[in-house]
Amino acid sequence: MPLLEIRNVTRRFGTLTAIDRVTLSIEAGEFFTLLGPSGCGKTTLLRMIAGFDAPDAGSIFLDGRDLADKPPEQRPVHTVFQSYALFPHMSVARNVAFPLQMAKKPPEEIAAKVKQALAEVHLEDKGASYPHELSGGQKQRVALARALVTRPRMLLLDEPLGALDAKLREQMEIELISLQRDVGITFVFVTHAQPEALALSHRIAVMRDGRVEQMDTPSRLYGFPANRFVADFIGNCNMLPATVSEATPHGLRLAVGALGEVAAPPAERARAGQAGVLALRPEQVHIVAANAAHELKNHFAGRVRDFLYIGDVTTYVVELENGTRIEALLANSAPGRARFFEVDEPVKVAWRHDAGIFLLD
Amino acid sequence: MAVPRAERVTKWLIAGPPLAFLLAFFLLPSLIMALASLRYPGEFGGLAPLAARPGEESGLTLENYALFFGDWVYAQIFAKSLVIAALTTFACLVLAYPLALLIARSPKKRRDFMVLLVILPFASNFLVRVYAWMIILGPMDLLFTRFAVIVGMVYVHLPFMILPLYTNLEKHDPTLLDAAQDLGANAWHTFWRVTFPLSLPGVFSGSALVFIPVLGMFAIPELLGGKDDWMVGNMIKEAFLGTRDWPFGSMLSLMLTLAVLAIAGAAALFARRGAPNE
Ligand SMILES: Nc1ncnc2c1ncn2[C@@H]1O[C@H](COP(=O)(O)OP(=O)(O)OP(=O)(O)O)[C@@H](O)[C@H]1O
Ligand SMILES: [Mg+2]
Repeated sequence: MPLLEIRNVTRRFGTLTAIDRVTLSIEAGEFFTLLGPSGCGKTTLLRMIAGFDAPDAGSIFLDGRDLADKPPEQRPVHTVFQSYALFPHMSVARNVAFPLQMAKKPPEEIAAKVKQALAEVHLEDKGASYPHELSGGQKQRVALARALVTRPRMLLLDEPLGALDAKLREQMEIELISLQRDVGITFVFVTHAQPEALALSHRIAVMRDGRVEQMDTPSRLYGFPANRFVADFIGNCNMLPATVSEATPHGLRLAVGALGEVAAPPAERARAGQAGVLALRPEQVHIVAANAAHELKNHFAGRVRDFLYIGDVTTYVVELENGTRIEALLANSAPGRARFFEVDEPVKVAWRHDAGIFLLD
Repeated sequence: MAVPRAERVTKWLIAGPPLAFLLAFFLLPSLIMALASLRYPGEFGGLAPLAARPGEESGLTLENYALFFGDWVYAQIFAKSLVIAALTTFACLVLAYPLALLIARSPKKRRDFMVLLVILPFASNFLVRVYAWMIILGPMDLLFTRFAVIVGMVYVHLPFMILPLYTNLEKHDPTLLDAAQDLGANAWHTFWRVTFPLSLPGVFSGSALVFIPVLGMFAIPELLGGKDDWMVGNMIKEAFLGTRDWPFGSMLSLMLTLAVLAIAGAAALFARRGAPNE
């Protein structure tokens, strides 16, 4: 039995349907992420799990029991808010002790558990500090300790890393992963940052306009997006409009605009004559000098139009002879070299016949 | 750590005017009052000339203080006034808190209108409003009682409690309430553990704004009170306007000021310990 089951949940605000017949289940011990652009309903769904909001239709089950008539304080589910929501008039230790006091635990047990919870987030020596004396990352950790100290069945995190700078964010991501593994509590994590979702999650539900577009593991989402929205939202993607000219169980032959024939991996529902796009990740596209030899089936000549130096990699924008633009990624593996090709330099792009994925319109 | 010069100058520029105001209109009058309390009353009111009279050593005397500390009755009137002020403050707090909370948690558009309603009574004259209470309480046989005094006091001072409370409560972060509830607190615990402690600065300033004026009030006990409801304010007023004994009135005023300062000081100390992060 899954730990949490959301069945056909709908939530409307006036004429807007913020959550539209969402069904999903989350297993115990999972790190589950709700990913989607701003306004797609992630917070609304999370608030319904926590009990701050109720579905207009459908039900939510925890451990097989319907949560409908349980107020938030009676649900074994805690939330880490984006703004941390630490009580400003309480010390760190008293903040962490709060849920234990509400659960009427004896003082000795409270003291021991607070100490342990602060140790888990590496804040042993901050118990006497007040929230306004802490840095953003430290506040974040106190919020985590406070939410985890009673060992809830499930932890809900609404963009908890949103307010942190990039470096700290990365560090907190690593800490979150190990914390989740150590305490073994199910995390439901909300974010609109796809790298974060990919890095942290066991499974991700990609949402758009109140609906779940696709739900899968990070690598399958990235490698096998179900539609253009998911392909575009997760990572970067070259989208080449294409028509199926031949579909076999071993692969597709696509007519890609003016490029001509392109080989692509098989797609289950593709039939000859159908229109769609070939979604190609920039890192799947090789870029080589115009005169270099290569052995790949799909190759096209073009010129470098632009490049974006990121440090570890450089993204080249290559304009093919027919005007199509393709992004190709190249690791900067030669020390001290920022790029291998200059703007306007003639080059060739190529990709394997099993690279990319054909998505129907 | 050295504070930059420009910053210091700015600080003084900002703090200067209120400081000058306090100096001119509080400290200086208090000094004049202290001096007046040591002099003899004039023959027909006011103050006697400072020059020594024949047969006396100087124009100054401690006899008013001897009178004050020598007769139990003054301390009793002070104590009674403090009790009335405390009861009024407490009643105002109990009545104002739910209302302030209601306003603070109303939709933003409605709040301004509700605040307007709170201050609307100020549009009519204070005495008229007190007389209105005579008309209300008279037929109920409650006029000229301690209860009538407190009712009048509470009625007049309620807005001074509501407004600071509202200003404080309105600033509270609503996610703190969600967080408390999420962590297992019911409505009762959420209020006493989160909302109330965070509102203490508002409670203290509202209480000061009610307690201090009530202590010096004379019109309400005079109009609504009975024979036992003689407060410090009545004594002071009587000393100046009735018996025309200015030095005695000055002494009483000074004692009242000292009492208020002592209480305010104690409250401030208490408040600082209660809210360490503000
Ligand atoms: N209380 C409310 N009343 C009316 N509309 C609401 C309410 N709460 C949310 N909405 C609407 O529902 C939609 C989903 O909102 P929600 O806050 O769940 O989005 P989100 O995915 O969390 O976005 P973000 O990433 O920006 O936080 C939005 O269009 C929002 O305007
Ligand atoms: Mg949100």
